[in-house]
Amino acid sequence: MNDHTPVIRITNGTVPIDGRPVLRHIELTVAAGEFVALMGANGSGKSTLVRTMTGLRPVSAGSVELFGTQLDRFKDWHRLGFVPQRPAAGGGVPTSVWEVVAAGRLSQRRPFVPMSKRDRQLIREALEVVGLADRARDGIATLSGGQQQRVLTARALASQPELILLDEPTAGVDLPNQQALADALQVLKERNVTVVLVAHELGAMQPLVDRAVVMRDGQIAYDGPPLADHEVHGPLFGSGHSHHHGDPDDLLTPLVASPIDNTLEADLS
Amino acid sequence: MDVLTLDFMVRAMLAAVFTGLAAPVVGTYLVQRRLALMGDGLGHVAVTGVALGLLTGASPTWTAVAVAVVGACVIEVIRERGQAGGDVALALLFYGGIAGGVLITGMAGQSAARLQEFLFGSITTISVDDVWVTMVLAASVIVIGIGLGPQLFAVAQDQEFARVSGLNVRALNLLLAVLAAVTVTVAMRTVGLLLVSALMIIPVATAQQITRSFRTTLFAAMGIGLFASWGGLLLAAWTSYRIEGVSPGPTIVVLALVMFALTWPLGAWLRRRRRRHAPFDELPALAHQTIDEHPHRHGDGCGHRAIQHGDHVDYVHDGHRHAPHGNHYDEH
Repeated sequence: MNDHTPVIRITNGTVPIDGRPVLRHIELTVAAGEFVALMGANGSGKSTLVRTMTGLRPVSAGSVELFGTQLDRFKDWHRLGFVPQRPAAGGGVPTSVWEVVAAGRLSQRRPFVPMSKRDRQLIREALEVVGLADRARDGIATLSGGQQQRVLTARALASQPELILLDEPTAGVDLPNQQALADALQVLKERNVTVVLVAHELGAMQPLVDRAVVMRDGQIAYDGPPLADHEVHGPLFGSGHSHHHGDPDDLLTPLVASPIDNTLEADLS
Repeated sequence: MDVLTLDFMVRAMLAAVFTGLAAPVVGTYLVQRRLALMGDGLGHVAVTGVALGLLTGASPTWTAVAVAVVGACVIEVIRERGQAGGDVALALLFYGGIAGGVLITGMAGQSAARLQEFLFGSITTISVDDVWVTMVLAASVIVIGIGLGPQLFAVAQDQEFARVSGLNVRALNLLLAVLAAVTVTVAMRTVGLLLVSALMIIPVATAQQITRSFRTTLFAAMGIGLFASWGGLLLAAWTSYRIEGVSPGPTIVVLALVMFALTWPLGAWLRRRRRRHAPFDELPALAHQTIDEHPHRHGDGCGHRAIQHGDHVDYVHDGHRHAPHGNHYDEH
């Protein structure tokens, strides 16, 4: 792979959930080293889109490529780190922080082969990046929600991914924990890791973001330079009406909320 | 104790040791996935398998393995497909298993007592062949359960992450179901189909009272399972000289339950202690409240609990936190 191959390329992606098309006409390309914030209202499809990138949600039409390989033929799972939305509810058996992070090494381990020294070292480094090395032996259940979220981030880092996908890591997390996560992502950004972050609000991540993609009703409504939080929740990206006969290219150009839009909305309602 | 050298007793002890070690391995993964009752379900389904063996004259052990594996795969498919109504579907399968078993046993002209051997175990009448089958199957369960431990753990802990790590989640789920089915039939001769799940689950429930990680829980549960099943067998053998009718199966389960009952208060005390001794958050006090007159000086062994708070120590005192500051105490 040369440096110009996009890390993620989705072409005309359509994703149905239970037969209902949730994502439509998704065109998205993410280049190596980019830090992309995937934003939008609840139900706009931003989480579905990030899950589509992992293969957890298959596309019914169009294609998804990771590192230049079609997703259904993709094998290099260690190049991808995924941080799911909620800290796993946790099973019925006590589990240590170290054990959760150790699961991040599985994409490179062979069955029946014991863990190597390198595995252990990478697990320790991943815990250091998120600032939880001193909690390695503690039970995961004794950590706060924000700390558990950082453990899941460490688990994704343990495979030394070139691309990391985070699904709402800041939802319900207090500011100090958001800052700790932002510090960890800063380290990744310096290592030229590509980051796609789903967030309702950017908060402490704001300074890291290179590019914002705003979802609305299963389509990409904006793709361009970072936006402030309040702009994302303006009338254009809210659950308002769509302009069926507009030029589709308009949707890809940065939009700015103007009083005209508000009058239009008032007229129609 | 010459009874220990009797052939039937040696066979019984071998079966007990292998079952006691293997059952908690699978039990740990089932508890982790909150499927603690799956063993019971498979036990019920296996009753039909035993009955089929009695009807056709084939070895009940092998027919039970076959039917339990089929049952486990059906349960896994139902679990994977449906969220709503999944437990009802499982319940239907359990009833069908036990009703079918009793019905077919009757049709085969076998007495209820014959079926009872399988329902409640009859470890002292186990044949040489059955001991070999038990040992080989139990050893495979242990080797796979520990060798594929990291993979099985990852799938049980977070299925989606496991899939994004490139693991074949469906195959691992089916593997665990098959391991559970095999364990059920292995333990059938020791504690009986109706009590199989007890040997899988109680050692795990006991171990996790004191453990903090998955791996230590797994190995501690194996140790507890071994102790319960071997100890229960010896206890039953010893008691049966004095009290008529003490059978090993229920003795093993009761011994395991006693171990749980003894560990539970210890676990509760450890959890409470851990919580009370956890350091206070490193936040500065909101206000500087001073108390000048203090009847005694806090220090080591003063009778008040000392807890780390940032760079100093707080003493818990009548529901307050006192911190020494110069020649007086602050309230934190």
